[in-house]
Amino acid sequence: MRTVTIDPVTRIEGHLKIEAVIDGGVVKEARSTGTLFRGIELILRGRDPRDAARITQRICGVCPTAHATASTFALDQALGVADRVPANGRIIRNLILSSNYIQSHVLHFYHLAALDYVDVTAVASYEGTDPGLLAAKGFIERGALGPFVPRYEGDYRLSAELSQKLAGHYVEAFGVRRKAHELLAVFGGKMPHNVGIVPGGVTQVAEVDTIAGFLWRLNEIRHFIDHVYIPDVLEVARHYGDCAEIGAGSGRFLDYGVFPQAESRFFAPGTIGMDLVPGAFDVDKITESATHSWYESGAGPLHPSHGVTVPSPGKPEGYSWLKSPRYDDDVYEGGPLARMLLSYARGEPAKGIIDGILSKLGAPAAALNSVLGRHAARAVECKLVADAAAEWVLELAPGEPVFAPYEMPAEGEGAGLTGAPRGALGHWIRVKDGVIENYQCVVPTTWNASPKDDKGQPGPIEQAIVGTRIRDEENPFEIVRIVRSFDPCLACAVHMITPRGRPIGRVEVS
Amino acid sequence: MGRTHEIPVVWLQASTCSGCSVSILNASAPKITDLLLSEVIPGRHINLRFQATVMAGAGEPVVAILEQIPKEEPGEYLLVVEGSIPTAEGGIYGTLGEVPMVDRVVSLAEKAQAIVALGTCPSFGGMFAAAPNPSGCMNVGSLLSERKIDVPVINIPGCPPHPDWFIGTIATILVGGLEAVKVDELGRPLRFFGQLIHENCPRRAYFDEGKFAAHLSDEGCLYELGCKGTITHADCSLRRWNGGTNWGIGSGAPCNGCTEPEFPDLVSPFYVRIPEEALLVPPPRKEP
Repeated sequence: MRTVTIDPVTRIEGHLKIEAVIDGGVVKEARSTGTLFRGIELILRGRDPRDAARITQRICGVCPTAHATASTFALDQALGVADRVPANGRIIRNLILSSNYIQSHVLHFYHLAALDYVDVTAVASYEGTDPGLLAAKGFIERGALGPFVPRYEGDYRLSAELSQKLAGHYVEAFGVRRKAHELLAVFGGKMPHNVGIVPGGVTQVAEVDTIAGFLWRLNEIRHFIDHVYIPDVLEVARHYGDCAEIGAGSGRFLDYGVFPQAESRFFAPGTIGMDLVPGAFDVDKITESATHSWYESGAGPLHPSHGVTVPSPGKPEGYSWLKSPRYDDDVYEGGPLARMLLSYARGEPAKGIIDGILSKLGAPAAALNSVLGRHAARAVECKLVADAAAEWVLELAPGEPVFAPYEMPAEGEGAGLTGAPRGALGHWIRVKDGVIENYQCVVPTTWNASPKDDKGQPGPIEQAIVGTRIRDEENPFEIVRIVRSFDPCLACAVHMITPRGRPIGRVEVS
Repeated sequence: MGRTHEIPVVWLQASTCSGCSVSILNASAPKITDLLLSEVIPGRHINLRFQATVMAGAGEPVVAILEQIPKEEPGEYLLVVEGSIPTAEGGIYGTLGEVPMVDRVVSLAEKAQAIVALGTCPSFGGMFAAAPNPSGCMNVGSLLSERKIDVPVINIPGCPPHPDWFIGTIATILVGGLEAVKVDELGRPLRFFGQLIHENCPRRAYFDEGKFAAHLSDEGCLYELGCKGTITHADCSLRRWNGGTNWGIGSGAPCNGCTEPEFPDLVSPFYVRIPEEALLVPPPRKEP
């Protein structure tokens, strides 16, 4: 019996520690620990409500747009403008958020995950003319290998030629994700931390030239997604087939729905299991437990809008700054896999493309609940969102209003729920005397990287690690591959604190 | 010359949103891959030893880098700090490799050639040091003077900073050494922070004519809607963002003053006009 500690887990966002107890080569127990606490909800109290859409973006510099979106949905309600946001405002918000999805997914596969599968040092024997690869070759020849070594060794399976090809795509993808941020800035002003999404709509009117500028950038990225990103995921899947057999989490998934259309959401909210039968989502079934978190446990699991959270760093049974959100007392996973399973089960828009991928790999749908399944779902979602955004941008009416003015109320409350690149994101706000009285966020990685709850049920990442056979305890590739397949964002997850939180009302998800 | 000049770089993330790292990935010329793989200026390049967002390794082997480099290469490496540093209760609110981040920063800072505080958080405290500063976050300069560590600090604020501000500063160090970076009284490179947004704002003519936007998305100067460009030092109005695609005021949003030491407490509310007298003494925010 031996405990392997990985701290920090790199190539994620934020600060995460993983401990795994290994016995006879198999993980018997796993602990996921968020190692940073910031308290941004405390910082929000007493401020102008409108500032929340700017401040909450600083929860996470990788997916700030999702926070701006959730915050703005909550503010639209609290400030009484939710039913007056112009169509162009709704569409531009979706375009800004979709750009963030694309950037986040490309970044994740190439720059956060790929180094677990692709040996970039194979570029040393490269003989071609690609300037990116030649630069990498020169870099290796100088003998200065940081930041690519040290690393885990012993399980790189691609041929030198294929490694070189994917290393080239690793370099190319830096440019693609940069382009996706330019795409976002067309209407969002800048990125990270866009300035365009505000309560009432957005700040910038669409004109024909900006519509064309958006579409032109997007089409270049779509070409990469179709012809490089998705084929590369399949290539990795072919050589690392066992990664379709590890990393199954709780087998229950949820999402709040994302990208509001005129009537519904492009990806609709819901819950689903591996029986592929979608269920309705009910926000009142969310509770948070703090039993194994460095907070006072209080009266037991509570709805987040009732949450009482007081830091208790020395708490003996605590081992994380994350709390444990649960749905209907069960452990649920969020993220692209959740959304793609929901969309797959409902038939559109994911069904055709996922069936195509499964048949190419000769895998059943059950294999989606795995490390490879998460990577494939993320790539499929990236394509679906990019293709949809190319249609949405053409729905814009040039020169038409994008913002609805409103009077600032003294009191109000709102809930903003959205799918974020990494899962289900909720913001709750209560305004009193014209300022924020209470603010609460429950973020995607808190669901996925949560510690054990009051019943002792481990979180999704912990469950995904337990039972995994580790071939080499000095180089525990399996663990980091599993953890990274969730695309954890601890920057998001570890910020929770609302001392003396109060109920903030019911939420409706369209 | 003839010999390649290399500077080792350790990039530590403390209490951060990672947005500064992401922003630097947006560098367009040179690109981030040029910075990582090639020579920034012919014959001169950086060797990035530790950067948790992009580095291949994880866990003990990479923590060993943080512990070895001050012993093996004292006075040679550049320390980039992203995020403010949680110091409350001995730094228990933020740990890295099972050691408080504050101890990591201090032990690396002591032996560094210089420190680049990347972003408003390590420069001035920024978002996570905002009132009531729940985790006791400090900026690098204050932490080092408290610990009596005398190593030069260059502040590159911005929430996030523009990639050019960072890469331009690194290039200046590679070419002319630390002393080539001319800074203002707040330690910000004058090349990038030597002017007010307002001075070169394309909406400046509206301000001079008294044509002010009444609502967001309207034409006109954004001063009445809370723009802090009149008190904010940065070259966003000329440089623009994301490869020149757009910038904050360009998309119709008021400047939030994110490169100033007062961000966010004294430059907010973000959508409320600065009272004239507040140009000198900004008001405290309202309590609930």
